[in-house]
Amino acid sequence: MSVQVWTWILVGITFALYFGIAIWARAGSTKDFYVAGGGVSPLANGMATAADWMSAASFISMAGLISFMGYDGSVFLMGWTGGYVLLALLLAPYLRKFGKFTVPDFIGDRYYSNTARTVAVFCALIVSFTYVAGQMRGVGIVFSQFLQVDITFGVIIGMTVVLVFAFLGGMKGITYTQVAQYCVLIFAFMVPAFFISMQMTGNLIPQLGMGGKVEGGVYLLDKLDALHTELGFSEYTSGTKSTWDVFAITMALMAGTAGLPHVIVRFFTVPKVKDARKSAGLALLFIAILYTTAPAVSVFARTNLIETVNDAEYSGIPEWFKNWENTGLIAWADKNNDGKIQYVKGDAVVGKPIYTEERGVNGERIVANPTADANELYVDRDIMVLANPEIANLPNWVIALVAAGGLAAALSTAAGLLLVISTSVSHDLIKKQLKPDISEKGELMAARIAILVAIIIAGLFGIYPPGFVAAVVALAFGLGAASFFPAILLGIFDKRMNKEGAIAGMVVGISLMLFYMIRYKTGLIGVMDPLPAEDWWFGTSPEGFGTIAMGVNLIVSLVISRLTPAPPINVQEIVENIRIPSGAGEASGH
Amino acid sequence: MSESKNAKAYWKENLTYLLVLLVIWFVSSFGAGILFKDALNEFKLGGFKLGFWFAQQGSIYVFVILVFVYVRIMNKLDKKYGYDE
Repeated sequence: MSVQVWTWILVGITFALYFGIAIWARAGSTKDFYVAGGGVSPLANGMATAADWMSAASFISMAGLISFMGYDGSVFLMGWTGGYVLLALLLAPYLRKFGKFTVPDFIGDRYYSNTARTVAVFCALIVSFTYVAGQMRGVGIVFSQFLQVDITFGVIIGMTVVLVFAFLGGMKGITYTQVAQYCVLIFAFMVPAFFISMQMTGNLIPQLGMGGKVEGGVYLLDKLDALHTELGFSEYTSGTKSTWDVFAITMALMAGTAGLPHVIVRFFTVPKVKDARKSAGLALLFIAILYTTAPAVSVFARTNLIETVNDAEYSGIPEWFKNWENTGLIAWADKNNDGKIQYVKGDAVVGKPIYTEERGVNGERIVANPTADANELYVDRDIMVLANPEIANLPNWVIALVAAGGLAAALSTAAGLLLVISTSVSHDLIKKQLKPDISEKGELMAARIAILVAIIIAGLFGIYPPGFVAAVVALAFGLGAASFFPAILLGIFDKRMNKEGAIAGMVVGISLMLFYMIRYKTGLIGVMDPLPAEDWWFGTSPEGFGTIAMGVNLIVSLVISRLTPAPPINVQEIVENIRIPSGAGEASGH
Repeated sequence: MSESKNAKAYWKENLTYLLVLLVIWFVSSFGAGILFKDALNEFKLGGFKLGFWFAQQGSIYVFVILVFVYVRIMNKLDKKYGYDE
């Protein structure tokens, strides 16, 4: 059977499964809708959290990114797992004890201020929207690559599926579909990894195969380092970023992870504080399976790619190369007219390839914007995971499995984020501020309408991706680190922290981060272009700047809070209360 | 012991554990994987340079173990102070 038939079958089966679960887990109350009734077992919650967390970016893009970044890619691996340690130790148990539905709820109550609540809602919306746009895009890419349908149509299918289980089931529907999605995505990620590891190193476990020997008795990593040096790249295991920048980016990703609202809210769904701790541990375990495999996949894919394409005749190149070329994610410019692909350090084209309608003498698509560099090959980083099974000549069903896994990853994360968006609107804005006397039924209705609107906006982002989405998704973590993380942390560990300190800290932190981001990364359309890397403060990249903004937030909060009156006695009692694990009761909205 | 004294003692002991665990967290990732990576790369673990291994594998294993250790000691601590449920 062809890859396409296999893909339709596997995607069809998994989608039917998600629909079935959505119908089974319909939500009847706001509590079902917001926190799945508060009775989810730690094991199910751990899996759901892992699926929620591992997005299209983790599944589709991360291994590819690392494959091109080598050691520098470690920032994602450490950042996105280490953040869970902070979450598990410093935030999750206390927020569960606090027992409300949302992060803005905590900020609003702990800092006895609707201003603080509004700032938090605002931050949650920015972070969630930038993030969800990337997921929808991921859905579109998978559909268009594997099923040869239009990206627009792919995004609409994805939107419909998310709509059904988020709309009907709320958090309850989402949680149980995410459990299924975790199983699908981890299976889909591991199977090709086992195959390729076995093929290249003779060791079935990719984590060990990565450090194993290839044919001829050379260690795989040594071989890759040698290939890199030969082609003019820096050594795979060394990287090019400065030590400080790697440090700063890792720290920003960790703190950002711990401050992401759609992850935090998951810990409100378990019955007890004890369960919140345990499910944080299980979630990290489930995530670690993928995150320790990904760097191995990166090494295999990188080695395979170089060996397959470098100095190969275009006429004899495998079919996958031409397929991806046709979709515009691979480009080759035969600069020295020898009919062979030279893959060395440097950019092959200016930015992304622009194709003319013509074909060259070898049958390749001609690009209009080649550079003067000797490198002739452009490879989009996003295709490494998707193309890897093809590059390694794996059976068709394995290739199809990867498509189903990518969809599971994108849909589960999108659903979690959409729920945060709808909760922020229906609960934090409408119920808590605009219309406190709204009935439970009314609130549930508002939540469902908000989800509908959010899905449509997210879908539009997926179909018409603004150029800055990719840049902003990476920075969403910096924003989370600069705003939420210090406010929540201090709210638990510093009893003296008051609203003046926390609000000042959040406002200064997020403003500073936005300023730096605009100045050095995105620019301001029509006003200025981003400034070059030489002007970075202390050599800190915009991705790592969240660490500095977070530090400033902490200092501002602490100084201001000590200059202004202490928080009221009842708030100090709240803090004392959340520090004790027993008597958590159920999460509630009142 | 009065209730508030009990709570204070619990919190103090909790903070000590947190500090120890976070030091391990920091040393295994920022220490071994970033700051001292080059020095550790002099050593090898199978086909891995050691610093590189910590950055892409080792630190993650340490994280998982850390959180489960935390779960265990906190459950014990809860029992000791009567906050178990």
